[in-house]
Amino acid sequence: MIQKLFFYASPQNFYPLAGKLWPLFAVLATALSGWGLWLGMFVAPTDFQQGEGYRIIFVHVPASWMSMVIYLVMAFWALLGLTFNTRLSGMMTKALAPTGAIFAFLSLWTGALWGKPMWGAWWVWDARLTSELILFFLYLGHIALTSAIDDPRRADKAGGILALVGALNVPIIYFSVKWWNTLHQGASVSLTKGSSMAQVMLEAMLIMGIAFWMYAVAIALYRVRSIILIRERHTQWVAELPEVKAQMMKNSAGGAIA
Amino acid sequence: MSAFLAIVKRDLTLALRRKNEVITSVFFFVVVAALFPLGIGPEMNTLRLVAPGILWVGALLASMLSLGRMFATDYADGTLEQMALSPNSLSWLVAAKILAHWLLSGLPLVLLAPILGLQFDLSTNALWVLTLSLLLGTPVLSLIGAVGAALTLGVRGGDVLLSLLVLPLYVPALVFGAGAVQAEISGLGASAHLSVLAALALVAAVFSPWASAASLRIALES
Amino acid sequence: MIWNSLNDFWAMGGYGLYVWGSFGVTALCMALEMVWVKNARAQALSQVATELAAESNSKEWS
Repeated sequence: MIQKLFFYASPQNFYPLAGKLWPLFAVLATALSGWGLWLGMFVAPTDFQQGEGYRIIFVHVPASWMSMVIYLVMAFWALLGLTFNTRLSGMMTKALAPTGAIFAFLSLWTGALWGKPMWGAWWVWDARLTSELILFFLYLGHIALTSAIDDPRRADKAGGILALVGALNVPIIYFSVKWWNTLHQGASVSLTKGSSMAQVMLEAMLIMGIAFWMYAVAIALYRVRSIILIRERHTQWVAELPEVKAQMMKNSAGGAIA
Repeated sequence: MSAFLAIVKRDLTLALRRKNEVITSVFFFVVVAALFPLGIGPEMNTLRLVAPGILWVGALLASMLSLGRMFATDYADGTLEQMALSPNSLSWLVAAKILAHWLLSGLPLVLLAPILGLQFDLSTNALWVLTLSLLLGTPVLSLIGAVGAALTLGVRGGDVLLSLLVLPLYVPALVFGAGAVQAEISGLGASAHLSVLAALALVAAVFSPWASAASLRIALES
Repeated sequence: MIWNSLNDFWAMGGYGLYVWGSFGVTALCMALEMVWVKNARAQALSQVATELAAESNSKEWS
């Protein structure tokens, strides 16, 4: 089992595995979103207090969850990479970061669109939204750092340390923002209403959460393949890939015509 | 220990030869503390309310200004490499550099804060808490900033990138630091906030030199 | 089925702008991301192929 894991730690072996797996995750994502949206938009009843506007939770909450899960997964890959000095770990972190940042952005965007009709303001300094904003900044910082460093190995390791430092700080940041928030407001506003959620709503939310997760895995696996191609472009196995040979034929054919 | 003190002494001596580093941070703090009232309006009730936040953010930004220089000069002239190769633990030497940075950029802010606090009509107790919160908080800023400085060493656009990396991580110190002063003003007492701040300082003191040293090695080996 | 008509579904009890603004931007971001990774792959293949061709050319001449 462990040998199997180390087998796939090599980019050469992981590349075809990722190629086989991403379509499966894409299909799962599509099917689960269909089911989740069906439940959320056509079965779940109107909310007593929030009317139809509450349905935003079916994308807002999954996006928030994923923005946090992806960051933890990045930190996990970072730890692996720094411990075992594997190249693939850094590539996976790089593949995950943009998706995580997009989910953080969506969490903020949908949060604002939920807040406006509910609380009358496009933004409130609610503990969770504020923490999400900081998480978004952490993602941007990570992407900026890894893009700014030219040497890919240094970029991987630096990004790894940053991801770990960030991951350790996220709980501290969350609790400090929570503290900051509760001391200053009177009536506490909560994004999940105090009244217990109808079963169907919770079900739809969870299914959408898993759907987003499958989507994130599919995109990350697809993206890491491109990263592997570029990083490993000087190897024999990349030169012998059918898609690379096909591209070379295309290029030379174009050259001949021109 | 002697290597530790030697590094602190060295960094202080070098920095004081080019006094502008210390003066710039201090000057920035003073200017920012004066700018905000100009932007907000002279109404004293408002200013008293926002003073803790303004003074803390001003100190935070001032402290952040000099972070880039923590390792850059030593990196450029090869001293950093010598430090990494020396038999002394790099974490220990890095801790010395962080202490020197704090003495130059953090401590002056701590000493200046009560004077600036008077501009916002803070009570004596509030001024005490402000000073104490900055005394506990500015080391946290230097410690966390060191990790950022080490990660961005020699990277193009490093200074702005450093700010982007380090500001989100500064949030807890800011929340508890400014919060301490606000708690004192509102009569709730700042002890809880200050305790948390002290705990943050302790945790940062333990982890940051080690994380910074690891980041420096990454920068040096490429 | 909880909606009486397509109009009701679209209007979302008055919250239509917010609900569809959320779902719409989410779908848009995901679609754009999918296009982005596809382009990244095409670019990667193109870059790799070009470099390999250049290498083999230089080998021919040397």
